Amino acid sequence: MRARLLLELAGFALLTLVVAALPRFVSDFRARELAIVGMYFIALLGLSILTGYSGQISLGHGAFMAIGGYTTAVLSVDGVYGHQIRDLWTIPIAGVIAGIAGLLVGVPALRLSGLYLALITFGIAVSFPQLPKKFDHFLGGTTGKILNLAKPPFGLHTTTNNWIYYLTWGIALVLLLAAWWLVRGKTGRALKAIRDSEVAAASSGISLARYKTLAFGISAFYAGVAGSLYAIANAYVNPDVFPIILSVYLVVGLAVGGLDSLVGLIAGAGLIYFLQNHSDTVARWLNHLPALSLDPKQPGIPSMIFGAVLIVVMLLLPTGAGGLVRRVFGPLTSRLYTRS
Amino acid sequence: MFLGAFTWTEFAQQLAAGIREGAIYAGLALAIVIIYRSTRVINFAQGEMATFTTFIAWSLMNHGLSFWTAFPIVLAIAFAGGVAIERVVIRPVENAPVLTIVIITLGLALLLNGLMSVIWGGANRQFNGPFSTRTIDVGSVPISVQDIGIVAVSVGLVVLLGLFFRFTKLGLALRAAAVNPESSRLVGIRVGWMLALGWGIAAVLGAVAGMMIAPVVFLDPNMMQTILLYAFAAAVLGGLDSPIGAVVGGILLGVTITLLGRYVGFIGSTLKLPAALLLILVLLLVRPGGLFGRVAVRRV
Repeated sequence: MRARLLLELAGFALLTLVVAALPRFVSDFRARELAIVGMYFIALLGLSILTGYSGQISLGHGAFMAIGGYTTAVLSVDGVYGHQIRDLWTIPIAGVIAGIAGLLVGVPALRLSGLYLALITFGIAVSFPQLPKKFDHFLGGTTGKILNLAKPPFGLHTTTNNWIYYLTWGIALVLLLAAWWLVRGKTGRALKAIRDSEVAAASSGISLARYKTLAFGISAFYAGVAGSLYAIANAYVNPDVFPIILSVYLVVGLAVGGLDSLVGLIAGAGLIYFLQNHSDTVARWLNHLPALSLDPKQPGIPSMIFGAVLIVVMLLLPTGAGGLVRRVFGPLTSRLYTRS
Repeated sequence: MFLGAFTWTEFAQQLAAGIREGAIYAGLALAIVIIYRSTRVINFAQGEMATFTTFIAWSLMNHGLSFWTAFPIVLAIAFAGGVAIERVVIRPVENAPVLTIVIITLGLALLLNGLMSVIWGGANRQFNGPFSTRTIDVGSVPISVQDIGIVAVSVGLVVLLGLFFRFTKLGLALRAAAVNPESSRLVGIRVGWMLALGWGIAAVLGAVAGMMIAPVVFLDPNMMQTILLYAFAAAVLGGLDSPIGAVVGGILLGVTITLLGRYVGFIGSTLKLPAALLLILVLLLVRPGGLFGRVAVRRV
């Protein structure tokens, strides 16, 4: 186990180096794009703890992101008793509030299994956008709320986009480390036991109620942090910033990255961003195939490609990118752990 | 909290509207239940499949066919489409975990939704239904012919389906394959095809629901998205494996939601969906199997 631990820490150090050095090699705009990938990555980390480890399906994580985003918007624009809070400090608050919402959903989720949970969380995703419309004096209705533009703090000399990049990926790496620490210890084993067989887990003394709600809360915390960062980067929130389909995209990213492979989720996050914003590129690639001529700018193209990718990935690669990597490198690295 | 003056005539009208709304939910809920019973899958693409077939009906009618000529053609296409989808994308993952299958049907929903935008564009379209929208007085309450027609078609469909499942050999085989695949295989039922048949029937039910709702709302690729959610709620309310439950649940939900939206000021039109969700959540906590469903007993 020690060799494995060292290998994973070395991998993490390498990832940190890459993340730190990357903005030097790409344009300012690309840094912004990568920052948004980082936000999806944070949300996916949370979803992985919930779905990949504890085995509970959530099709409503977009709503938790929205809770985070709206928390940041309300705190930094309206503030508390007229006292505005700096956007940076709203991030943890947004996470905690989303986490509390997650715990609240986690309690009824205890009694709902599999498909029922999928349906209820999907319902949450669909009904959430109604709330800002209903409480429009507080949450800004359909027009939403405009945030102050994010500025690098402490007089740092860097562009806004670079600042958002470092902020997002800094938080992402810390949260990755936290998630990794969580799932490799006692909690992770308990969650996996619950995922594999609730009855067996309960009879070995694992408290189902405690761990399942905990997983929901932690996972919503991650989503809330991601949503808060997303609001800061966009500088505004409205129901369209967190559309219903976002929840579905997150599940897509999770499935593509690999349900329980934390680092593989970066690939899933990248795919979510790429397909959403560069589906015209994909359409142009597809036009090289015979008998296809798609208009890259047509509105239906992104969801069509998203859907097709999703089905193909699930049919061919049910364990996602993480599973593929493990299958390729597994035979090589397992030699490191076993001393024969 | 009452909005405006309360009159019994208006209440009766709201009730009728609720029943019509419920009949639509019931149609789609029935499709969900049929698939759930035979394959233990919740089909998130059910709404998109229904909308897709409705668009086909629109195209046929645009080429000069009348509604009742297009109707059987569309049902045949829907049936073939449903069977094909089961064969191509669901069959390979038959024994996969729930999440995999949920993700695949979600992918299917996205794919069909995108495909509709690409083929027919995202604009709203007028869909001329078979029933006129003029109203007739039923005991001094004006109700539109269209509403009566929609309810009649839904009820007729349920009766037809009930007869099919109870009195035909194929219906019996379908039920057997759903309840006990191993034994069914032993008595010579081709279980795989029965599942595909279930998807075909569900697609037909969805197509009917789509063609009934399209004249009431406008036809666009996202037409069924909210309706699908209400249909899920209706199916869960009635118990996911009970067809009667789906119909009762649909009507009950339609009436409740319409009346709540009209008479409870706080809910209005914006909070109808969250209200429905809360209703379902509370019901599930009290009766995990729904109103008509049986609670699954698991052997360990």
